[in-house]
Amino acid sequence: MYVRAYEKPKSIYGVFERKPGDPRTTHYCPGCGHGNVHKYIAEAIDDLGIQDRTILISPVGCAVFAYYYFDVGNIQAAHGRAPAVATAVKRARPESIVISYQGDGDLAAIGGNEILHAANRGENITVFFINNAIYGMTGGQMAPTTLPGQVTTTTPMGRAPEREGFPLRVSELLASLEGPTYIERVALFDNKSRMRARKAIRKALQVQLEGRGFSFVEILSPCPTGWGMTPAQACEWIQREMLRYFPLGVFKDISATRPSAPTASHQGKLTDLASSPEEVLALLGLEGVVSAHPPWPHDVDAPARYRNPRIKIAGFGGQGVLFLGRLLAEAGMRQGYHVCWLPSYGPEMRGGTAHCHVTISGEPIASPLVSRPSVLIAMNRPSLERFEPEVIPGGVILYDSSLISMPPRRTDVEVLPVPATRMADRLGSAKAANMVALGAYLQLTHVLPAEAVIAALERVVEDRSLLELNVKSLRAGMEYVSARREHGAP
Amino acid sequence: MTRILLKGNEAAVIGAILAGCRSFFGYPITPASEIAEAAARYFPLVGGTFLQAESEVAAINMVYGAAAAGERTMTASSGPGLSLMQEGISYLAGAELPAVIVDVMRGGPGLGNIAPEQSDYHQIVKGGGHGNYRTIVLAPNSVQEMCDLTMLAFELADRYRNPVIVLTDGFIGQMMEPVELPRTLARPVAKPWAVQGTAETRQNLITSIYLDPQELEAHIRRLEEKYARAARQAVMYEKYRTEDAEIITIGYGIVSRVLKAAVTQARAQGIRAGLFRPITLWPFPSRELSVMAEWARVFLVVELSHGQLVEDVRLAIEGARPVKLYTRFGGIVPTAEELLEQIHKVSEDDDVRASLREAEEYLWGV
Repeated sequence: MYVRAYEKPKSIYGVFERKPGDPRTTHYCPGCGHGNVHKYIAEAIDDLGIQDRTILISPVGCAVFAYYYFDVGNIQAAHGRAPAVATAVKRARPESIVISYQGDGDLAAIGGNEILHAANRGENITVFFINNAIYGMTGGQMAPTTLPGQVTTTTPMGRAPEREGFPLRVSELLASLEGPTYIERVALFDNKSRMRARKAIRKALQVQLEGRGFSFVEILSPCPTGWGMTPAQACEWIQREMLRYFPLGVFKDISATRPSAPTASHQGKLTDLASSPEEVLALLGLEGVVSAHPPWPHDVDAPARYRNPRIKIAGFGGQGVLFLGRLLAEAGMRQGYHVCWLPSYGPEMRGGTAHCHVTISGEPIASPLVSRPSVLIAMNRPSLERFEPEVIPGGVILYDSSLISMPPRRTDVEVLPVPATRMADRLGSAKAANMVALGAYLQLTHVLPAEAVIAALERVVEDRSLLELNVKSLRAGMEYVSARREHGAP
Repeated sequence: MTRILLKGNEAAVIGAILAGCRSFFGYPITPASEIAEAAARYFPLVGGTFLQAESEVAAINMVYGAAAAGERTMTASSGPGLSLMQEGISYLAGAELPAVIVDVMRGGPGLGNIAPEQSDYHQIVKGGGHGNYRTIVLAPNSVQEMCDLTMLAFELADRYRNPVIVLTDGFIGQMMEPVELPRTLARPVAKPWAVQGTAETRQNLITSIYLDPQELEAHIRRLEEKYARAARQAVMYEKYRTEDAEIITIGYGIVSRVLKAAVTQARAQGIRAGLFRPITLWPFPSRELSVMAEWARVFLVVELSHGQLVEDVRLAIEGARPVKLYTRFGGIVPTAEELLEQIHKVSEDDDVRASLREAEEYLWGV
């Protein structure tokens, strides 16, 4: 009879089949700290019963091959990006236990932004940070955690803080954030410190398992090869030199008080929620329009010269010229036409001039750009001056005569002055001048029925009083043109 | 049929949702921000995830993580953001992870401006990241196609386990047109290779490192075979009045829309012009284009970039016919009238060449 006092953790492969060369030894150097940390993590995974659920993200650095050893789901990430990868894995698979395993170059230099933001979001993941004050895999260059005076291949005279800055204390930095739950720095230099590290690793995983948020353990770890020391000297150096700069301890722990919250995630597949594109649209709060084909020409009220308009609408930003164009497009679609709306966009919109191109057509639309408009709706003088020459002969220029005192000079186009701003102002708000202009355009051309525009308005404008003002202004524009006709205008 | 008026950028998000995309990771940039905004609004309503990343670098690596976990996932940006994402795209290709990336192109280099350009052609179509890889590139030219091709992008990404990029421009992203919904939702795809945090997937490994040169070469050979398969199967293009065309114009995205109008006008004036529009920029429809050299006299490439697309056209035509180039950039999109003038110019130009050739043949008896 015998009692087995120790056995290899289950979460570490018995034979390292993924590793080229000897499958019984690791690729780590003698005296390296990675082996200890791997063992402690695997033991914790075993003890917590989470082997199947665990996904380990390996970094770029000596631990890039962590998947040789860990018998868990493995994802290898780009240099420094493991916290971003881990964030998405956890959100995609909230039931999984996600570990980001990173070295000091990976985490504190190139990946500084990713770790900071993952910690700040309080992602429910666990990060193990191996701090050995050097770039091991690339052959001993300076790390962000290299100590002042420490000689590396890129600091041959020793790290000079005035030249290379000071070592980054990552645990202290992250502990200043509200997001993280548990942050501790441990070290590997004697049995006592190793047992403390083992405990911290287990606790960090426990925090994640309970859904209590971001957990982080920094491990001061020996790199005898990179430091040019024996394993024993390396342990002494941690104790003598590293601890002075990187004090051990718990820098933050709110695991007892932070409530357990499941990772924000999906509720099943889309096909569980909806069975058709229409149902998806309804879930999104969008509503499709069922419209058939473009109306036959003989069903259209508009005289032939007004049909299939290519419209340019222009004015100051804030006059609602883009909105006016959108309404025309929406209403045109409701009538079964092909439509296209193309805005000017970007800083030009803010305070400057804005314009849009609208095409309404019985035929599929080739170019969305209206370079030779058949209709120009100009809401201010610069717009009229800029676009008047583009209008095709026989086209229409509708302009806001309350803002533009100089009428168009063209004699080969139909010109309709509408005091849109003045009329809208009288109805309640000068902002509705765009609707007055639209009403006037509809009444002049009969390109679209007013009902289609009002239906489009009802869809886009949520505020009842605003909707009323818009409809009132639209009708006023229509009446203005009718009255003008009665007085003998065309 | 159900139609809905959408911006191109919004249509990409609707298409993604209908394709069963479950997560969006993005960073704001004009003129692509509406994609992130629409994703922020809509993804949570269908149980999906939206997360604004700290950078495009983080965004593409989040996409890497979600894809590795077996989800349909995406991001979107514009040129400067895509430059930052290239590292991640290389890793996605190396680790054979399916993902969809939308690039709404703006002016460059550097900060350039936010107006439409097509100057990302090289970095997207030729692969801007390191290593031997390809990305499948789809180039929509309407709001409808922003929806349809984004949906298709997810299918192709899963079929080939490779990143697929939807390459468009500020105008297609910003403009509104009616979108007809597809008849059905995309069916979920099983991904037994993904790392899902389950007993069944515990042995799975996602990586792009192959330390042994023999292994890496074998890996790249496998990728090559996959790309060859995609090149045979995935090519898409549109032809307009090319059957009897003497002048074949070539353009994609917004340019192809304006070219279509110009070709129609040219035809009305009796000029035998046509339009060839590559819909997949990689794989490029080289064979379909090269056969046209049998009857067309000259090809005219129009692009909003400094001679990038024209390189692929010239490779396809192999010197069989002259290939002319007309470019605008900085945010200037040529009008149909401007392109009609170019068609005129090329037609005359080619006449001169043809007559010179005849003269040569007469003199030398070739």
